[in-house]
Amino acid sequence: MGNYLLRRLLIVIPSLLGISVVIFAILALAPGDPFEELATNPNVPAEVRANLRAKFGLDDPVPIRYLRWLTAMLQGDWGFSFASRIDVDDLILQRLPSTLFIIGTAQIIGLLIALPVGVYSATRPYSIFDQIANLLTFIGFSLPTFFTGLLFILVFSIYLDWLPFVYRTDIAATGWQWYWEHFKQSVMPIAVLGLFQGASMTRYVRSAVLDMIRLDHVTTARSKGLAERVVIIKHVVRNAMIPVVTLVALQMPTVFGGAIVTEQIFRIPGIGSLLITAILANDTPVIMAVTFVFAILVLVFNLIADLLYGWLDPRISYR
Amino acid sequence: MAGSTLASPIANAAAGGRAKHVTPTQEAWRRFRRHKLAVASAVILLTMIVMVVFGPMVWTVSINDIDFTARLQGPSLAHPMGTDDLGQDLLARMLYGGRISLAVGLAAMVVAIVVGVVIGAIAGISRGSVDAGLMWLTDLFLALPQLPLLLLVIYLFRDSLKEIAGPEVGLFILIVAVIGGFRWMPVARLVRAQFFSLREKEFVEAARALGASTPRQVVRHILPNSLGPVIVAGTIDVAAAIIAESTLSFLGLGFPPDIPTWGRMLLDAKDYLDIAPHWALFPGGAIFLAVLTINFIGDGLRDALDPRRVL
Repeated sequence: MGNYLLRRLLIVIPSLLGISVVIFAILALAPGDPFEELATNPNVPAEVRANLRAKFGLDDPVPIRYLRWLTAMLQGDWGFSFASRIDVDDLILQRLPSTLFIIGTAQIIGLLIALPVGVYSATRPYSIFDQIANLLTFIGFSLPTFFTGLLFILVFSIYLDWLPFVYRTDIAATGWQWYWEHFKQSVMPIAVLGLFQGASMTRYVRSAVLDMIRLDHVTTARSKGLAERVVIIKHVVRNAMIPVVTLVALQMPTVFGGAIVTEQIFRIPGIGSLLITAILANDTPVIMAVTFVFAILVLVFNLIADLLYGWLDPRISYR
Repeated sequence: MAGSTLASPIANAAAGGRAKHVTPTQEAWRRFRRHKLAVASAVILLTMIVMVVFGPMVWTVSINDIDFTARLQGPSLAHPMGTDDLGQDLLARMLYGGRISLAVGLAAMVVAIVVGVVIGAIAGISRGSVDAGLMWLTDLFLALPQLPLLLLVIYLFRDSLKEIAGPEVGLFILIVAVIGGFRWMPVARLVRAQFFSLREKEFVEAARALGASTPRQVVRHILPNSLGPVIVAGTIDVAAAIIAESTLSFLGLGFPPDIPTWGRMLLDAKDYLDIAPHWALFPGGAIFLAVLTINFIGDGLRDALDPRRVL
C-alpha cells in the first residue's frame, strides 16, 4: 500500500512540473507590468523603477526566472504580494480553510443526494420516479452556479429574509450563537455547489448502476436467494462506484470553477475570490500561487480517487 | 440476457422477410424523434436562434438608448422585458447578447472538436511514443484548473488582442480560442478510443489490403465511423462553452460593459436584485433555457447515434 502510494506520488510530480511550466509560460508571455502604477506616477523616478525591476529579477530571461521561481517554491518561499504587502503563503493559508470547507461540504451533500437517488432510479428504470429524477438532474446541471446563487439570494434573502447573503468571518457572537450564524451564512453557498454536484453525480451513479445491474453475477446473487437490499448494496453499488469515482475526480476542475463563482457571489473570503482580486490588481505572485494551489488541489483529489479506486477494485494490485 | 434481444428493429424486419432499406440518417432521425423532450428542446432552441438572429430587425430599439425617466422599470408594453438602471431597453440587449452567447458557444465547440479530433486521431493511429506523449498532454490539460487559467489568459492577453483586431472581434477570438482550447480533451480521448477499436475491424483491414494509404484509411473509413460520440460530445460542449462565457462575463472578465452579453447583464443586475429582479431573471433564464435545451438535444442524439441501443 505504501509502495503504491509512493508510486502514485512519483507520477504526480511530472504533472505538477508540467502545470507549473504552463502557468509560468502564460504569465511570462503576457504583457502587463506589476510596476505599471509606478510608471504613471510622476513622483517615482525611472531609476527607482528600474532598480525595483532588477531587484525582483523581472528583466532576466524566462527560463532563469522559472528556475528561480521553482527553487523558491520548493523551499517554501512563495513570494510577497505586491498588493496586500504580506507573504503569499500566509495570505493563501488564511483563505484556504473557507474554500475547503465550502467545497468539501458541498461534495458530501452532492454525494448524499446522488447515491440514493441514482441507485433508486437505476433499480426502477423508466418508472415515474426515474423520469422525474432524470428531469430534475438535467435542470440541476443546466442551471449555471452564478444564476442559482442569485436565485437563492432573491428567494431566501430578499423575499423570505431568512438567510444573510454576505459571508462574514467576524461574527460577533460566541458559543451556539456563533455556530448558528455560521450555519445560516453557509447554507446558500453550500447548497448552490452541492445541488450542482449532486445533479451531475446522480447521472453518473444511475448509469453506472444500470450497467452493473444487468451483469450475470447479480443474477447469480439473486438466484442464491439473497435479499434484494443485500444484492444492491454489496453486489451492485460497490462495483458501480468504480467508474463513479473516476468521473467525480475528473469533475474536480469544474468544482473549483464553481467555487470561484460562489465565493464571488456570496463574498466568501476564500482563495477563489483572492484570485479574482489578484487578477484585477495585477498581483503576479498571488495569481501564480493561487492557480498553482488550485492545480495541486485537483491533483490531490485525483490521488485520493486513485487510492479509493484501488480499495474498491481488488483487481488493481498495489505492487 | 443476450441472445433473446434482437440487435435492432431493422434486424427484426429482415427476419420477418420484409427488408426495407433504411439509411443511417433516417434511422437516426427515427430514433431521435422518440425522445420527446429532445424534439421539444430542438424546437425551443431553434425559436431562440431565430429570435436572436432576426429579432433585432423586428425590434429596432437601440441597445444604447439611455432614458433616465424609465429607470429599472418592470416589463411593460413599451419595454417587454423592462429596463436597466440607465433606462436601456432589456429586450434589445437580450437579443443582442444572445447572438454573442450562442455564437461563442458554437465557435468554441468547433475549436474544441477540431483540436480534439486531430489530436485523438493522431494518437489513435500512431502507436508508441507519439500516442503516449499526446495522452500525457491530454491528461495534463484535464488536470489543469480550467476557470482560473481561463481568467488568467483572458486578463493578460485581452489588451494586446484588442489592439490587433479591435475590441469586439479581438475579444471574441480570444474567448473562443481559450474556451475551445480547454475543452478538447474529452473529444480527443473519445476519438482515440474509437480509433483503437475501429482500426482492427475487418473493413479497415480490407481497405488496407486493397492498398489504401494510412491517410485514406483514416479519412474515408475510420473517421466517419467514429463521429457518432463526437457529435454528442460536441453538442454538450456548446452548452459548456455558453456557461463558460457567461461565467467569464459574470466575473467581469469577459466582454466589456458596452457589449451586453447575458452573463454581463447578470453581473450588472446583481446589485439591483431587490428592486429590479426582472433584470436578472431574463438573462439568467435565457442562459438556463439555452443550456437545458442543448443538453436535452445531446441526450436525444446519444439515443439516436448509439447503435448499441435498442429503441
